[in-house]
Amino acid sequence: MSELLQVEGLKTHFQTESGLVRAVDGVDLSVNEGEVLGLVGESGSGKTITALSLIRLVSPPGKIVAGRVMFGGQDLLQASEREMVQLRGDRISMVFQQPKASLNPVRRVGAQIAELFIHHRGASRRAAMNQAVELLARVGIPAPERKALAYPHELSGGQAQRVMIAMALALKPRLLIADEPTTALDVTIQAQILDLLRELCRDTGTAMILVTHDLGVIAQTADRVSVMYAGQIVEERPVARLFDDPRHPYTRALLASMPVQGRVAPRLGAIPGSVPPPGRMPAACRFAPRCAVRAERNMTICTHEMPALYPVEGGVSRCWCDAPAEATT
Amino acid sequence: MTAYIIRRIAMTVPVLFGILFVTFLMKALIPTDAVLALYSGQVSEEKAAEAIAQIRAKYDLDKPWYQQFAIYVGDVARGDLGESIRTRQPIVDEIGYRYWNTLVLTFASLVVALVVGLSTGIASAYWKGTWIDEVAMGIGLLGISMPAFFFGLILIFFFAVQLRWLPVMNAGDWKGLILPAVTLGLIEAAPLSRITRASMVEVLSQDYVKAIRAKGLPERHVIFRHALPNALLSILTILGLQIGGLLGGAFIIEVVFGWHGIGELAVKAIGWRDFTITQAIILVSATTYVLVNLVVDILYAWADPRIKLG
Ligand SMILES: Nc1ncnc2c1ncn2[C@@H]1O[C@H](COP(=O)(O)OP(=O)(O)OP(=O)(O)O)[C@@H](O)[C@H]1O
Ligand SMILES: [Mg+2]
Repeated sequence: MSELLQVEGLKTHFQTESGLVRAVDGVDLSVNEGEVLGLVGESGSGKTITALSLIRLVSPPGKIVAGRVMFGGQDLLQASEREMVQLRGDRISMVFQQPKASLNPVRRVGAQIAELFIHHRGASRRAAMNQAVELLARVGIPAPERKALAYPHELSGGQAQRVMIAMALALKPRLLIADEPTTALDVTIQAQILDLLRELCRDTGTAMILVTHDLGVIAQTADRVSVMYAGQIVEERPVARLFDDPRHPYTRALLASMPVQGRVAPRLGAIPGSVPPPGRMPAACRFAPRCAVRAERNMTICTHEMPALYPVEGGVSRCWCDAPAEATT
Repeated sequence: MTAYIIRRIAMTVPVLFGILFVTFLMKALIPTDAVLALYSGQVSEEKAAEAIAQIRAKYDLDKPWYQQFAIYVGDVARGDLGESIRTRQPIVDEIGYRYWNTLVLTFASLVVALVVGLSTGIASAYWKGTWIDEVAMGIGLLGISMPAFFFGLILIFFFAVQLRWLPVMNAGDWKGLILPAVTLGLIEAAPLSRITRASMVEVLSQDYVKAIRAKGLPERHVIFRHALPNALLSILTILGLQIGGLLGGAFIIEVVFGWHGIGELAVKAIGWRDFTITQAIILVSATTYVLVNLVVDILYAWADPRIKLG
């Protein structure tokens, strides 16, 4: 398996009136060709901003201040805006959380898909429309010829997300970033949409970063998982290892808060305490104030120094417990 | 859509009758009896009384009001707006060519307003908070606060008096159109620019704009093909009001530039106390206003697929 995307030390900060918000503060990620990387973390941990940073679509005042995003032998953070425009939607595409809000309300659905073929492939309007209809059929939209002429408000949430998926995979990108693609949908439809995403990605050989709150979704879909906390990655493991033997105390707490199989709404948030506010971000381990292990073992280093990502079985963990002996002394 | 259009037109009918009724009532509300005003002091009292009786009969003033109103509506429907008290000429002829002139001026100034207003509004929104935005909004504020006649006089001073590029007064050719059209256009561009900026800022902050950018479309396409059509919906409403207002006659500008439009005629007619012309102008302007808004509403429904029709 060759490496498709490698992110190192990515930092995206917001200069706001109430101070500097370090939404993404040193994120490291890697995605291999064709694999599904799950990105989990509580609300506000910086998942969406990370995703947007990869394709350089963070809106001001957000600014990428450091890091490297290596993709296809090129650092995307150094690429020209022109190169980024060519790359977006073609080699890296994105699916958003709110499908109905992600479509232009005054343009027909078919035309919104077709413009991808027109702009990236130089297709004629007519050929592009035909391809759009084919794609609509491919993502399971009934009566695709008719739906191609529909406006977004005439679609259900599930259909709108199918349309977004059709657009995202239209040009067979190498990487798809799916930011909570099922959160806004009906529970009954969530599984269908996930299946569709997985199936289409497999067909086109597209790798996926699947951003979610939902550990159930991760367990079903991902090959590897990166766990995010307060703007940083705290653990990265193959999915089976993460669930069997979580290393970082935050991951353990997350898994403990997961409801028993079969129950609804496996949402995060059952960990005591909350994510530190931007102004009072600990300079050392960010999870230390909420960490049960630190409290139990009475570890002082956790509140004094930032742990690095230390190798653990199959991956890495940002915890002093996993640090090699020489690092702690 | 058809059902909506029919319903919308049906809603306009009572308004048009309302306009007819109000202009009809104006006769009664005019403080001096128009007939008296016409003859007083010019002939002997007996002759005057005789003439007055004749005139009353001629203008149906001796009939009950509802008959008078029915006659009035019938006349208007046949395109007969009566004759000028002063010149005794049919008003339709006078208003007809003046209306055409006003139409020409409106159209020309609208082109100026749209080009200037939309481009500065879009640029301001796109470069929000930068110096481009501040300069454009500053000039816009000036445009909103400056009286139109003053602005017109400044332009006359520079381009007609100093540079002698253009005539001071309209002489009936295309050169005479430029200054009034630019004056009106720039004045109208100011509010248009503001509303364009506001709605573009709104649209550009929407999620779908980010999603469209994620598709890798050129920025030009994102702005003009995706964002602008959404912003135009709210711009259209303001534009309708502006066109309606302009077609009613830009009174002061038409006078300042000697443009023989509806507005200039209205100012003259008031001076002449020619109330039949005044009445006809009010009728025509108000009707135009209502019809322009009718068209805008229909356009709006056509442009926004989310509006539930029927
Ligand atoms: N425009 C902004 N100005 C200031 N701070 C921002 C802005 N946008 C995001 N942030 C901050 O960035 C942090 C990360 O936001 P992000 O949307 O990436 O979280 P997330 O992990 O995607 O959460 P969720 O699960 O709720 O979608 C948040 O704490 C938020 O306060
Ligand atoms: Mg998010």
